[in-house]
Amino acid sequence: MSREAYAPPTLQPSSSNFNTTSTDILGSSTQYLCGECNAKVQLKKGDAIRCKECGHRVLYKERTKRMVQFEAR
Amino acid sequence: MAPEPILPEEARRRKIVGVNAETVTNVTSTDFPGHHPGEDHEWSLEKFDQNFQIQFHKNDSLDASFSLIGIDASIANAFRRIMIAEIPTLAIETVFVHNNTSIVQDEVLSARLGLVPLTASLSGLNWLQFYKKSATPDDDDEGGDDRDAAADNNTVVLKLYVECEWRGAEGVKSGETDPEKLYVNSSVYAKQITFEPTGRQNQEFPEPDGHVRPVNPEILLAKMRPGQVIDLDMHCIKGIGADHAKFSPVATATYRLLPTIDIVKPIIGNDARKFARCFPKGVIGLEEVTEEESEIGKELEGMAGEKKAVVWNTFKDTVSRECLRHDEFQGKVKLGRVRDHFIFSVESTGQFDSDYLFLESVKTLKAKCSRLKRQFANVMR
Repeated sequence: MSREAYAPPTLQPSSSNFNTTSTDILGSSTQYLCGECNAKVQLKKGDAIRCKECGHRVLYKERTKRMVQFEAR
Repeated sequence: MAPEPILPEEARRRKIVGVNAETVTNVTSTDFPGHHPGEDHEWSLEKFDQNFQIQFHKNDSLDASFSLIGIDASIANAFRRIMIAEIPTLAIETVFVHNNTSIVQDEVLSARLGLVPLTASLSGLNWLQFYKKSATPDDDDEGGDDRDAAADNNTVVLKLYVECEWRGAEGVKSGETDPEKLYVNSSVYAKQITFEPTGRQNQEFPEPDGHVRPVNPEILLAKMRPGQVIDLDMHCIKGIGADHAKFSPVATATYRLLPTIDIVKPIIGNDARKFARCFPKGVIGLEEVTEEESEIGKELEGMAGEKKAVVWNTFKDTVSRECLRHDEFQGKVKLGRVRDHFIFSVESTGQFDSDYLFLESVKTLKAKCSRLKRQFANVMR
């Protein structure tokens, strides 16, 4: 799962609800969605911006999972 | 000096609003003290009680029609306005979006959700209190105590979680383009909103028909494609229509005055048929001129057996004034409306029954009057 704020790589797992895949602990990786095949792509710093499934070069960031409040008006 | 009795013709003349081709006459009511010299128009409960009538024409839960006869326009209009704007109802007020990857923007989706009419058990709805928002939302930490916190007796929580997925290959023809057949949950409907009772709401909104739920389960909220998700919580509170239209318990609450049609001179033969066609069906009927009538009346001399136009039911008339456009009816007909006969039409959105809404409007007006009376008593003290 992605977070919207950039977190510098730390060795300590963050207290918030980051999902705890191994990549999160070792170095922060962010999840993107491929613009072509909608596959989930985990990217780390310095990775080539490229879908691992289809090679498409346009990736989208996921929407925030943070709760947003609206008035129904 | 004793007040003179009012002749019935005079009383009727005063009660009819004249409708001409391009003008409306005799618009204001004159039954108040001092307008007609020597007549007693003092308002009395006894007189009102004798004259006032209520007739129900239709009483469905979503559509009621009834007449209030012998009431002033100000009171009838007060009932209408109270029904539209002042009877409290439950509606979605805040939406907490956890995830929404559909193409409908959060704001738009929230506005749509707010307008969904909800219903629940009547006792539960009456048990619910108003949720008081803090007057100044910014100073939460200072004067936060005078604000009601969201509790089981003022806030109802609803949830909506829908995920769109591929339906899977089996049973789907190749080349299929219908999204309903290709995907699961491609359309999000109001029926997918779920109720999350807390505290006493478990008793006040019992399963299954006491649950807080949309009145119309088939309201389309959004459309989705595989991979898209809508995940949100909703808080419903009580409010009034004056604040927002979503809190208005009626789709429409209107009244019209009972139309009158006076045939001053007889309309006979082909003219009568044409006259009847100027009105909706059933308003004007055709009857044969009888022997007696042809002997008495000057205009009906020797007309026995011919058809003449007779007013059957003015209730169905729309007062289109079509008959006033034709020269052959010039001076033969007078259109009007009865000033104190209000034909109400109340269409509930479904949270309450329509007749119940009218009773609530009476209750509200009564409460307002007693509040005013108390204020006057304070002034006099």
